[in-house]
Amino acid sequence: MADTDLNDAAPSRVTRLAKQAGGTVFTLLITFIGLLAVTFFISRVVPTDPVMSILGERATQAQIDETRTALGLDRPMWEQFGIYVWDALHGDLGTSIRTKEPVIDEIARYFPATLELSTIATIIGMLIGVPAGILAATKPGSLFDQIVRLVGLMGYSMPVFWLGLMGLLIFYGQLGWVGGPGRLDAAYDMMMQFEVEPYTGMILVDTLLNGRWDIFQNALSHIILPAALLGYLSMAYISRMTRSFMMNELGQEYITTARVKGMPEGRVIWVHALKNVMVPLITVVALSYSFLLEGAVLTETIFAWPGLGRYITDALLVADMPAVLGGTIVVGAVYIGINMFSDLLYRLVDPRAK
Amino acid sequence: MTLLSVRNLRVTFDTETGPVEAVRGVSFDLGRERLGIVGESGSGKTMTGRSMLRLIRPPGRIEADAMTFDGTDLMAATETQMRALRGPRMAMVMQDPKYSLNPVMKVGAQLMEGLHQRDRVGRTEAYAKAVAALNAVQIRDPERVMEAYPHELSGGMGQRVMIAMMLIPNPDLLIADEPTSALDVTVQAEVLSILDGLVRDRGMGLIFISHDLRLVARFCDRVLVMYKGRVVEEVAARDLLNARHPYTQGLLNCLPRIGGNRGPLPGLDRTAEWAR
Repeated sequence: MADTDLNDAAPSRVTRLAKQAGGTVFTLLITFIGLLAVTFFISRVVPTDPVMSILGERATQAQIDETRTALGLDRPMWEQFGIYVWDALHGDLGTSIRTKEPVIDEIARYFPATLELSTIATIIGMLIGVPAGILAATKPGSLFDQIVRLVGLMGYSMPVFWLGLMGLLIFYGQLGWVGGPGRLDAAYDMMMQFEVEPYTGMILVDTLLNGRWDIFQNALSHIILPAALLGYLSMAYISRMTRSFMMNELGQEYITTARVKGMPEGRVIWVHALKNVMVPLITVVALSYSFLLEGAVLTETIFAWPGLGRYITDALLVADMPAVLGGTIVVGAVYIGINMFSDLLYRLVDPRAK
Repeated sequence: MTLLSVRNLRVTFDTETGPVEAVRGVSFDLGRERLGIVGESGSGKTMTGRSMLRLIRPPGRIEADAMTFDGTDLMAATETQMRALRGPRMAMVMQDPKYSLNPVMKVGAQLMEGLHQRDRVGRTEAYAKAVAALNAVQIRDPERVMEAYPHELSGGMGQRVMIAMMLIPNPDLLIADEPTSALDVTVQAEVLSILDGLVRDRGMGLIFISHDLRLVARFCDRVLVMYKGRVVEEVAARDLLNARHPYTQGLLNCLPRIGGNRGPLPGLDRTAEWAR
């Protein structure tokens, strides 16, 4: 009798997934427009007048009126918002007041630097954090567990600018093992500009695509210290979470089943338990990654890294609102994108997710 | 012929408030027969069962004067030796298939795991054996179940998969720890009769752990009644209704009978001296 109660939806998991992806894209669009609404109204409540910041304080009334019309500020609010959304969806985020350049072009220059840095940092954090958390969970209270906990705690509690400065002092200043601040040495910077076709804006990728091994090596020596620093922070978080997820899974009954079947402990942990740990871990890694992508302002400042965090901060200090808003929108969009991606991944890994 | 011999088994958990003894000196012998272990929650029956497989995790620890399985000293065996016993010689079916099957692995992969990993059996042969095992537990469309995930199965199906999985390597001893408690009453009988038939056909030893005395009496040759970590009575199943120990009688009397007296059921009389 019980043979009939297999779920009928079971075989078509891929179709179901595709359907969900469609739904997710729709949600994404709605969320994005919501994001635009928030940034738009923030720009209306902050006490900086865009006309004044363009013209300066000694402008005449006629000039002011003219600029207002040119910027479309004389139109009704809802119409302004409509134009704003329309432009944003077409990739126009306005013009920077500071540089008179389209914001989208500037972000296209700054964002790859952040993307490159945070991707490498997340990979470092994952490669060290996940195994460390798992090993700590298999022997709770052991010396290894204590070390992982202590190292993680240091990652949480030490100010990142101090760690960054110390890192530069020791590994760049004293030992000379790594490159200094910036993405490249000045000499390579010129080569990068004139001899390398910028496909992605990420130096490591572009140099490889162009076969410029020399520039790649120099870029690697520059990125390794800030990436290791951010990777350390992300490792601290990932290892703690992995440990607690693993502890939870190891207490489950299916683990006993695997042991009863005579499976070696390594397989019990790295296959049976890990497959289950992956499910919540996806969310943790995605959160940690998007946190870094928002731009690690302090790290980017210390390492003179021309990334998104620094772009937004610099714009904020001179009240360059179009640049700030553009940056905020990109950060928000990235956040939404990563969340959607982790959602999809989650459903692939966990057959129970509907 | 004795398959399993246990002398003075103790299971102790070292907690922050001092050691807690879950099993306090249990002894029994088992041939290729069916032994029931009965007791209420916390009487130590599950811990007794898991001790045979040495699957008590820290902070729990096992002590015994002697514990041998078919000539192997279980107390002295290395972890590698124990692993060689688990699966092909001794197996266990747990209470709830919802938790005892790995939720993110397909049923087929879990069934074939032992064959692939331990016996190095090829893909086709392992698949055939797994399907045969599912047939043996009367699953009608085994190919479909092989491709399913555990959450797509009902409780009764899940437990049959569990039994199939544990019986694939043809163990000599099966420990069934409340194998039907999590199932609907109608499904219980079905699963029990499947288990009964397989154990009988293959002539394996069975330790059947349950809190249901009547079920155990129907199913086993011999019954151990446990209370607070001790065996308070050992009795042949057919003599169970004439059991002398007041605790055993209490366990029998606290179950309602169809057509019986509809008055309040008597509670258990827990006299402190039994627990000593």
